[in-house]
Amino acid sequence: MVALATREAAAETVFGADLDIRDIDHGFVLHGDYLPVLSEVSFTVSAGEFVALLGPSGCGKSTLLRLVAGLDRPRRGSLLVDGAEVTGPDPSRVVVFQDPTLYPWRTVWRNASLGLETRGLLKQQSHRVDDALALVGLEKFAKAFPHQLSGGMAQRASLARALVNDPSLLILDEPLGKLDSLTRLTMQGELTRLWQRRGFTVLMVTHDVEEALLLANRVIVFSDRPARIRADLAVDLPYPRHRDHPELLRLRREALELLGLARDW
Amino acid sequence: MTAIAEATSAAGADALRRTDALQLGDDRQPRSLGLLVVAGLLWFGLGVLVLGWADAQEVERTTLFGILVLVLGAAQLLAGIGGWFAAPLARLGRFAPWLIVLALFFAAWEMATAKLDLLPLPFFPSPQAFVEVYTDDWRRLGDSLLHSVWLLLRGFAIGAAVGFTIGVALGWSKQVGYWVHPVMRLIGPLPATAWLPLAFFIFPTSGSASTFLIALATAFPLTVLTWSGVAGVQTAYYDVARTLGANPRFLILKVAIPAALPHVFVGLFMGLGSSFAVLVVAEMLGVKSGLGWYLQWAQGWAAYANMYGALLVMALMCSALITLLFKLCDKVLAWQKGIVKW
Repeated sequence: MVALATREAAAETVFGADLDIRDIDHGFVLHGDYLPVLSEVSFTVSAGEFVALLGPSGCGKSTLLRLVAGLDRPRRGSLLVDGAEVTGPDPSRVVVFQDPTLYPWRTVWRNASLGLETRGLLKQQSHRVDDALALVGLEKFAKAFPHQLSGGMAQRASLARALVNDPSLLILDEPLGKLDSLTRLTMQGELTRLWQRRGFTVLMVTHDVEEALLLANRVIVFSDRPARIRADLAVDLPYPRHRDHPELLRLRREALELLGLARDW
Repeated sequence: MTAIAEATSAAGADALRRTDALQLGDDRQPRSLGLLVVAGLLWFGLGVLVLGWADAQEVERTTLFGILVLVLGAAQLLAGIGGWFAAPLARLGRFAPWLIVLALFFAAWEMATAKLDLLPLPFFPSPQAFVEVYTDDWRRLGDSLLHSVWLLLRGFAIGAAVGFTIGVALGWSKQVGYWVHPVMRLIGPLPATAWLPLAFFIFPTSGSASTFLIALATAFPLTVLTWSGVAGVQTAYYDVARTLGANPRFLILKVAIPAALPHVFVGLFMGLGSSFAVLVVAEMLGVKSGLGWYLQWAQGWAAYANMYGALLVMALMCSALITLLFKLCDKVLAWQKGIVKW
């Protein structure tokens, strides 16, 4: 009983991982030509920070996320998480993709339990699945199949699937990109509350300037392909943030200018 | 909450509308029950015709056939009347149009054969000749059926296991693909029956040869479909599992195979279909038992009634096996929307 209590306490106080990205170059060979995607990308993220990566679409942000997740290896440079080199995927660094990519043959509960199942922890720790589903407000839909869910619910289920693993680094690849604007607003609020409560580090790719500024501590702006870092903006505002805050509007203008869109807005 | 409620209620309403459309006249129950009474009376009339009219042909089992028809007619009358009081009986009303047509068909058949002897024997046996096949030769027919089913299931099971395994391996591993793909491309499209002479020569018994041929016929479509199913799994599914710590074993068993299952079932249907064809040919040409052999044997004796009787049993067997597979598919793929209904 005591052991259980301490384990749960430990689970509640997960601390974020810190991330050190050093001089990454990466690219693909396409029709025999080398296509550089990332060029000399270096930055660090300290534990518990919420960092948004902002850049024109197709500039290589998602590629960077795949490298951090360990799904691909960089051509040059290194990625360190908590001081250790990233050599492959690990459940402590979970990705939430733009599409929910739930397995259609599994119920919501069985989708969310995937991370425990792969590590053989499901039998002893199935309560963590219930907790995660409750956290995203899907406890009543545990037995539903993905095709019965709305877009927002499916994305929440995929968030639950990530959170079950108590990640120290949550990697978000435009997680709200395909949601309608109302659901999007709700989920933005839910995401910040979750992050504040759990204390994990977040690395989020987005091409929505406003979303980046509303959610993140820092916004790293990338150039067009091959992606280089153009600016690293600190967003030092308390949460919950309001989108018409003067400082936020100033930052928005600055970010849009960096993206070369100032005149269009 | 609402999304799912809406979705399920919409789906429910849809399903209701569809079944309504299918169940002729089910929304106007009195009429369909009336039809059931009409069908019962027609069957009764058919019974009277069978029993009361003297046979022109020399046939046996006229009495038994007549009694069977009368019993069926009585059952329909009872259901038609009982349907006013019991809902489950009322549901039988949807069969009424079919029963009416069948009664008329049997009457015409009975007249043209046994009663008026208009059609030449032995090619056009009367309905009571059918009855005679089942009452007098049920032992041999049943034995043939059992042999056929056993041979089919043996070959199908082996072929399904082999085809599925090769299909998964092909979809998963490039190395396996390199070696197996050319062989499969060359040999796969060849109809399994082409191997028949060789198989009967190589294998020690005709039974093992036929098992091999049926397995071959099953395996090819299943291999191709399983392969395309596994190869077509979205890479995003693998990415998700990999970030969650899945090993290759998990990726194959828990991601690739379940994702490929809809394809696998299509392959199983195709495999079962072609295994029927091989079964019949193998039994006609080599195996000394089974429905195919029975057909051949009946033809040898010009026992056309026996042949038609065996064909009916064979049709029922094939239909039942396909139905069984569809039921299994429905159960396993319950998560899939818009599945084909049999």
